[in-house]
Amino acid sequence: MPGLMSRLSLIFKAKFSKALDRAENPNETLDYSYEAQLRQLQNVKRGIADVTTAKKRLELQYTSMQQQVEKLDGQARDALKANREDLAREALTRKAAVEGQLEGIMQQGQQLEAQQQKLIDGEKTLQAKVEAFRSQKEVIKAQYSAAEAQVRITEAASGIGEEMADVGLAIQRAKDKTDQMQARANAIEELTATGALEDYTSSGDDIDRQLAQISQTSQVDDELAKMKAQIGQGSGAPKELGGEEAT
Amino acid sequence: MIVRLLGEGQFRVDDSLLTQLNELDDTVEQAVEAGDERALWAGLQALAEAVREHGEKLSDDELAPSDAVIPPEDLSLEEARELLQDEGFIPDVPVEQPS
Repeated sequence: MPGLMSRLSLIFKAKFSKALDRAENPNETLDYSYEAQLRQLQNVKRGIADVTTAKKRLELQYTSMQQQVEKLDGQARDALKANREDLAREALTRKAAVEGQLEGIMQQGQQLEAQQQKLIDGEKTLQAKVEAFRSQKEVIKAQYSAAEAQVRITEAASGIGEEMADVGLAIQRAKDKTDQMQARANAIEELTATGALEDYTSSGDDIDRQLAQISQTSQVDDELAKMKAQIGQGSGAPKELGGEEAT
Repeated sequence: MIVRLLGEGQFRVDDSLLTQLNELDDTVEQAVEAGDERALWAGLQALAEAVREHGEKLSDDELAPSDAVIPPEDLSLEEARELLQDEGFIPDVPVEQPS
């Protein structure tokens, strides 16, 4: 089995030589492939715009989740003031789960940021190459015999096809990444909305889950103790509490 | 020899670098077989760095196909396996022909 590097270049070569085999009149081929390039360039621009939109949506969702964290914190405080430690524990447990997920999303977001910059650079390069193709095709038409032109067209068109595929792949990967993040963010939103607490460590096996639970439990215990100290528990009678989902 | 770093662009490198690149490529392949993602990333990074260090970036008006193509540094194991198994990893670029 060949290594990744050699495998990849074989795939690229196969893809583009296949497409050019059928070329008949070199001049027509040049014009048609230039038109096809312009259309593909539009697709690339749209793809990048899609990734940008998805990323913006994630940023909004991230902000609303941060607000959830603050809200849960407030609810825990209220619960403690009302001598409802069970509710406070519940709220802090959720808060810990959301916070844990938020951190992961933020890391992925930073990776995405870097990828996005590369996409924009890639689009610029592609645009410059399409422009270069446009001027080279006129030179090829004017200066070369049909046989020579064929060789040069094959070179230039495979070169640009490779560039297109490269940017296309980068867009695909960035989209996949935003989709994953979106799914993750949605899962957290659902968690905070419905109060279903079982799934907050949905990835990983049973041991991972138990370990995560233990560390969350101790985090919650610490925070409960801290809140109790701040509030000065024991003073005053229990107050009425509107329920855990009260806003 | 022209080498493409996927997501980054094309570089012209001296043919003498090929031996080193092939060796690194082998370690990358072994990492995929062993299911070792860290080793995979380390190998891909070493490949990319060798090309960046010894190569010269092609200018935007050069339209040449690459002799070797190197996958992105953050390629997942899953993507790597896909790459070794079928051609689906690389998107098709339709080249339209005059009818």
